Amino acid sequence: MSQFSDYAWMILDGTWVTVKITVVASVVAVIVALLTGVARTSKFFWIRLGPTLFVELFRGTSCYVQLFWAFFALPFIGISLTPFVASVLVLGANVGSYGSEVVRGAIAGVPRGQTEASVALNFTKLQRFRHVVFPQALVAMLPPAGNLFIDLLKLTPLTSLITMSDLTYNAMAVRQQTGSTFIALATILVGYFLMSSAIAWAIGRIERRASRGLETGPRAA
Amino acid sequence: MIWDWDFALRIIPDILRGLGTTVIATFFGSLLALAVGLVIALANRSDVTAVRRSSRGFAEFIRRTPLLVQLYFIYFVLPQAGIVLPPLLCGVIALGLHTGAYLSEVYRAGIDGVPRGQWEAARALNYQQGQTWLKIILPQAIPPMIPAIGNYIILMFKDSALLSIIAVPELMSMSRNIGNDSYRYLEPLTIAAILYLLLSGIAVLLLRIIESRSGMARLTG
Amino acid sequence: MSDRQLAVEFRGVSKLYGALAVLKELSLSVPQGEKIALIGPSGSGKTTVLRILMTLETIQAGTVWVKGEPLWHMPKGDGLAPASEPHLHAMRRHIGMVFQHFNLFPHMTVQENVARPPQIVLGVTRGEAEQRAQDLLRLVGLAQKGASYPAQLSGGQKQRVAIARALAMQPAIMLFDEPTSALDPELVEEVLAVLRDIAIEGKTTMLLVTHEMSFAREISDRILFLDGGAIVEEGPPDQIFSDPKEERTRLFLKKIIAAGHRID
Repeated sequence: MSQFSDYAWMILDGTWVTVKITVVASVVAVIVALLTGVARTSKFFWIRLGPTLFVELFRGTSCYVQLFWAFFALPFIGISLTPFVASVLVLGANVGSYGSEVVRGAIAGVPRGQTEASVALNFTKLQRFRHVVFPQALVAMLPPAGNLFIDLLKLTPLTSLITMSDLTYNAMAVRQQTGSTFIALATILVGYFLMSSAIAWAIGRIERRASRGLETGPRAA
Repeated sequence: MIWDWDFALRIIPDILRGLGTTVIATFFGSLLALAVGLVIALANRSDVTAVRRSSRGFAEFIRRTPLLVQLYFIYFVLPQAGIVLPPLLCGVIALGLHTGAYLSEVYRAGIDGVPRGQWEAARALNYQQGQTWLKIILPQAIPPMIPAIGNYIILMFKDSALLSIIAVPELMSMSRNIGNDSYRYLEPLTIAAILYLLLSGIAVLLLRIIESRSGMARLTG
Repeated sequence: MSDRQLAVEFRGVSKLYGALAVLKELSLSVPQGEKIALIGPSGSGKTTVLRILMTLETIQAGTVWVKGEPLWHMPKGDGLAPASEPHLHAMRRHIGMVFQHFNLFPHMTVQENVARPPQIVLGVTRGEAEQRAQDLLRLVGLAQKGASYPAQLSGGQKQRVAIARALAMQPAIMLFDEPTSALDPELVEEVLAVLRDIAIEGKTTMLLVTHEMSFAREISDRILFLDGGAIVEEGPPDQIFSDPKEERTRLFLKKIIAAGHRID
């Protein structure tokens, strides 16, 4: 019985690590997505260039390859990251690169008349973005962003491969010690499902709140 | 010099052999995914409530749990039930199931995208159920699906790197082995990353060409 | 020099889209407080005149003057240099615009649409902006709609909010770009009534692009008939509508009447 509780603790410990990685990497992803997404709406080629390359690089390979590269290859050029730092940076940059497209698309999707109206009201460029364009783009970003946060959670098991003791890592350890493969893996599948569903539920709520006024009619009000 | 060109050139043939396995896994994974997606999409439209509910629940569960854990499940749990499959087949099943759950949504969106009037017109012309699907609905539903299906297959190609974890001798596996043997990770991991980047980049370009072609055909045809 | 200061002046302004000339060396003077209606077939350049004034479109030749200052240029040495963003920002203070498609901010309530811009741009205190917004909403007959979102309003109500929003910035010059063209016929009059009030009040310089000929005739001091990017004919409303001098003006008015519009 006490052994069972030991295993339960390992699973809980691992869940906590998974949550930590997910939350911190999500923050990184949001920052990456906003910075590169906004920069890619610039009319200046030189401002778009760097972010575009960054995003294409991270979307052109899988997160797993990037994680290994950051953990095993980077030290050869003198950069050694702890497993946690490598995990949150790579997961954040990877998911943020997909988010970049979401941000760019949402900003580009705000009708031109909105910008023109804010010019006519003499808003500065920054005020136009902050008070008119961004709040409207944000509503369009939320549904795809929710899916990306779930994607990010689903990438966290990869960090077990670079020695993070996350949910997957600890479950595999339990599996080895107890031999009950089915129970260990079924438990964490359900665990990930519940966490994904929690994210979906939370984003759904935020979405309903943020779309006040926008839901009852066409965007071009 | 950090980067060793001699070493890099020496290991390229081995890495390319791994690429062959990657392509095979992606090819069969795609076939399976197309079929799985179709089965789920059809089951989701079933008249039997229990069938509809369980297929939707299954697809949702697959989409909300990590590919890596699904791979572990197939690789470690199936043998306990007496089903011992070669690693490559396990990998193909995991990739096919995971991507198939997403493709079912692509199919659904494609079919829902055909205007109601088309069904009604077919009814008015007294088409049979089968004729309506084959002659009216699918020819209109499939072209818009192609870009999304292509994107999921490209994603699968990149994700197939995960198969290295269950010792499938594919691209990432070969690179990691070279790294483990030589204690030099920079060259093999970088070459692997470049190959993924290159091939997925070419695939994206091809997809865009197909997309614009079919778009033009629809406009002029 | 006229005894009244000019609110707006175009001197030989040309506007090109690629090879297509939308305005051809157009010149025009509007004294302060004058109400001008710009009429003409679509593509004649009348909307472009307003959009240039609102700095939504650039010009390729000529100069535009607003209250005696160049709009698209800044004095530099003896000549003029292209305007900087701060210069445009300073000049836009004088001008407000009402759009054909309203362009209300959908994420703000009606009250916020009218009260927020003065706070953001002019630094008006919140209390004062809220108070003024309520006054303006009462003026356009929507005092009870402050808490609604634009999506919950009819087209006519949206346009009245848009007018209140533009007035809240207290511009000396108001531009109206076909303000009733996007409205269902039964909603046109409620918007015209508000415009009439603003015109009667008198101080504001108005440039109105419209297809409502009888309304243009009623409120404007002067009519400009544009065709092909140039002013073909201008004059007092009665003369233009009853006794046009130019053949093109006559043809245009004939078509308008044939289409069932009244010009009296």
